[in-house]
Amino acid sequence: MRKLALSDDILLSVDKPARYIGGEINMVKKDPRKVDIRFCMCFPDVYEIGMSHLGIQILYDMFNQRDDIYCERVYSPWVDLDRIMREQHIPLFALESQEPVKTFDFVGITLQYEMCYTNILQILDLSGIPLCSRDRTLEDPFIIGGGPCAYNPEPIADFFDMFYIGEGETVYFEMMDVYKEWKQSGGSRVDFLKRAAQIPGIYVPGFYEASYHEDGTLADFRPLIPEAPQTVVKEVETNLSDTFYPEAPLVPYIKVTQERAVLEIQRGCIRGCRFCQAGMLYRPIRPRDLDYLKDLATKMMASTGYDEITLSSLSSSDYQQLPELIYWMIDAFKSKGINISLPSLRIDNFSLDVMSKVQDIRKSSLTFAPEAGSQRMRNVINKGLTEEMILKGAKDAFDGGWNRVKLYFMLGLPGEQDEDIEQIAVLSDKIAREYYEIPKEKRHGKVSIVTSTSIFVPKPFTPFQWSPMNTKEEARRKRFFLLDKVKSQLNAKSIKYNCHDADVSELEGVFARGDRRLNAVILQAYKQGCIYDAWSEYFKYDIWQQAMADHGLTVEFYLGRERAEDERFPWDFIDIGVTKSFLLREYHRSKEAVVTPNCRAKCSGCGAARFQCGVCTEERK
Amino acid sequence: MKARIKFSKCGSMRFVGHLDVMRYFQKAFRRAEIPISYSQGFSPHQLMSFASPLGIGLSSDAEYMDLTLDTCKAPEQMVEWMNTQMNEEIRVREFTVLKDDAKPSMAMLAACDYVVAVKQGKDSFLLPEHFAERGKFPSLSALVEAFLAQDSIEIMKKTKRSEKLVDIKENIYVLSDRRDAFLEQTGRPGEESCLDPSLYTPVLYMQLTAGSIINIKPELVLQALADFAGESFDPLSYQIHRLEMYGDADGKKGEIHTMHSEVPCRLVPLSEYDKGME
Repeated sequence: MRKLALSDDILLSVDKPARYIGGEINMVKKDPRKVDIRFCMCFPDVYEIGMSHLGIQILYDMFNQRDDIYCERVYSPWVDLDRIMREQHIPLFALESQEPVKTFDFVGITLQYEMCYTNILQILDLSGIPLCSRDRTLEDPFIIGGGPCAYNPEPIADFFDMFYIGEGETVYFEMMDVYKEWKQSGGSRVDFLKRAAQIPGIYVPGFYEASYHEDGTLADFRPLIPEAPQTVVKEVETNLSDTFYPEAPLVPYIKVTQERAVLEIQRGCIRGCRFCQAGMLYRPIRPRDLDYLKDLATKMMASTGYDEITLSSLSSSDYQQLPELIYWMIDAFKSKGINISLPSLRIDNFSLDVMSKVQDIRKSSLTFAPEAGSQRMRNVINKGLTEEMILKGAKDAFDGGWNRVKLYFMLGLPGEQDEDIEQIAVLSDKIAREYYEIPKEKRHGKVSIVTSTSIFVPKPFTPFQWSPMNTKEEARRKRFFLLDKVKSQLNAKSIKYNCHDADVSELEGVFARGDRRLNAVILQAYKQGCIYDAWSEYFKYDIWQQAMADHGLTVEFYLGRERAEDERFPWDFIDIGVTKSFLLREYHRSKEAVVTPNCRAKCSGCGAARFQCGVCTEERK
Repeated sequence: MKARIKFSKCGSMRFVGHLDVMRYFQKAFRRAEIPISYSQGFSPHQLMSFASPLGIGLSSDAEYMDLTLDTCKAPEQMVEWMNTQMNEEIRVREFTVLKDDAKPSMAMLAACDYVVAVKQGKDSFLLPEHFAERGKFPSLSALVEAFLAQDSIEIMKKTKRSEKLVDIKENIYVLSDRRDAFLEQTGRPGEESCLDPSLYTPVLYMQLTAGSIINIKPELVLQALADFAGESFDPLSYQIHRLEMYGDADGKKGEIHTMHSEVPCRLVPLSEYDKGME
């Protein structure tokens, strides 16, 4: 019988104890005594969120293919268990072996969103690992961060020994080999970090120093030792059809957010939306081969027993063999009672046809993401979607029997005027009117339109990295303005308006384009009780406000100003392939509301071609 | 065709709730490609239902699930087939083909057997060493005997709206501190149990009314016994483990029927209930 780290008494007193027992289907079992390296993968949020993440499943599978490595997992204990572990001094443990995280060689923390930063400290604290890299000893694991937020690691640089910049499939094994050599040689922590810093894609923040101008902007950022490179180039998996992908992914016992097999059909995006960080970070787009995907899908369904499979990518409609793939999936899976879920599809005849085959039209809704209400703003953000296309898509969908539509927009985009915001309400109404154009006898009840807005947060490595972000007061005003406009539409009763919390977005904005001085702020907020900031019920805005003030930092500095074109950014030492000059060019074009064509239509010379793969090496028609 | 499986659940799987166990089986059956029948409609689901949910923390040698299958093999082969996709802590023990008109076990459930064990490292007034020192009852057998000799056994039953006193005396069919005596009274052979004797010390065996109308939980009996003995009761000290579930061969759906009714119920383990031709 498996021995558990937590007693029955504790497991019976916390919510969802199955979060902490491990033992899931397809969990890898190894004897920890018989491996050289113990690697603990961490998603710093609750189990149900963390278990839904594809990246960890890919790396878990990859590491465990090596006999000398045992990769295990840990997620943030929920607040109820957090309290008990602190009171009873129970060390945080990995799910597989149920052994303390502190005894591992590495803890790899995935950084998917900024609001998880205090949860990183929670993980370290509960594990009994010093929060700051400089305080760690040979008794402690190496803490390594990766994922999208690692592209501006500076606000959390103190807490990590290393960051892995880029895609995990490429240099982890090299790092593990370097680690084994170092372990045998009996060197110091710094010795290992020096060797690691020479591996491409690895950033060791302790080897760099930042200095600031009087106005608070970055004056200089430089390596302190010769082993640390001036710039760190992101790692790219150039062949996504011959790489690591879990054929037998973990299947949790309890219901998690992503309760299905996930098939990543491609990585990257051709679209170049100017607000989208992922669209720039993962350039160039690299599709996986159709046969590779079919084989993976078949194996995953057989090994998991899931009743649903979903496609994952930034824009599935841009996968060129999508019809072939989806019709194959319908053939292969539908008769076995397996659902096929199709997110992020552009609404057109093909997608409506397949959706009518895989979904119950009456119960499902269609999603459009125009992102901005007016055509001018859609050009500003380079969202190549016209009102005509949206209304045509909606009309076709209504003719096909759908009557529920979800619309996603952003508020606070650069250069946004009240007229642009009003157009969100007008467009929502036009879609409703489109429904009532179809003859009454062909309609299925009333139309339902859910219009949601999130608050635009400028991110590093996007053309909007120079843009100011709306203050939360301004965002609030815009929300009320839009609500008022929605209410004054003809079909106001058919339109429901939802919006996102402005306080959380503000902090997300600060961290996204923040610098090293924020480490002290995060540390203080954590020590004063902030965790689970991504969960509005636990977000403590006043503590954050105070922590910023205590360190002489202002939200205004990070968000309120348009940054100068020649300003040095804290993340400039990272090279994602896409150049700063391309991003600046795009920023200028956004101000003129000029659209830039997508990668397949015309290469715009963003810089990602240096990786010599994907769309950059596709034959032009 | 209709079939019923009996499975055990122990160890860390005690912390996986009943709906999640249902989903666990659905996935396991899909992995094993067991020919379970699906419902009609746009989102077909497997035709299966549990006899009685097992609370989080409890373990069992005898959970039951009814299934509808398109085809099947011999019972031993079905057990083996299903177990290829079970983990170590949930094992299919029996497979029974049911009559075509078999009623769902959920509706026919009439009684359950339980063993109550003291967890390792926990104390309990039911452990032998306490009887010598406290003196009120010379032994656990004597306590149980005196407890059962009462005219009524009243407990406070809490519902969502109210609390009320209920007499559960006639719902306690068997209560014993000895396994052999319990097996004799229930007429059961005594099967191999997944309750680990190195972690749990069995102290009481009980057979209680179960089902959709009256369902007596073992915790209620323990509470009543503790009250009677003037002792305190800490639920965290005990592992409650289900040993068997029964249907009533003379029972009718929706009827309150106990061992003490005019026509006493005739208990048949669910694995034998509505059994069809193989």
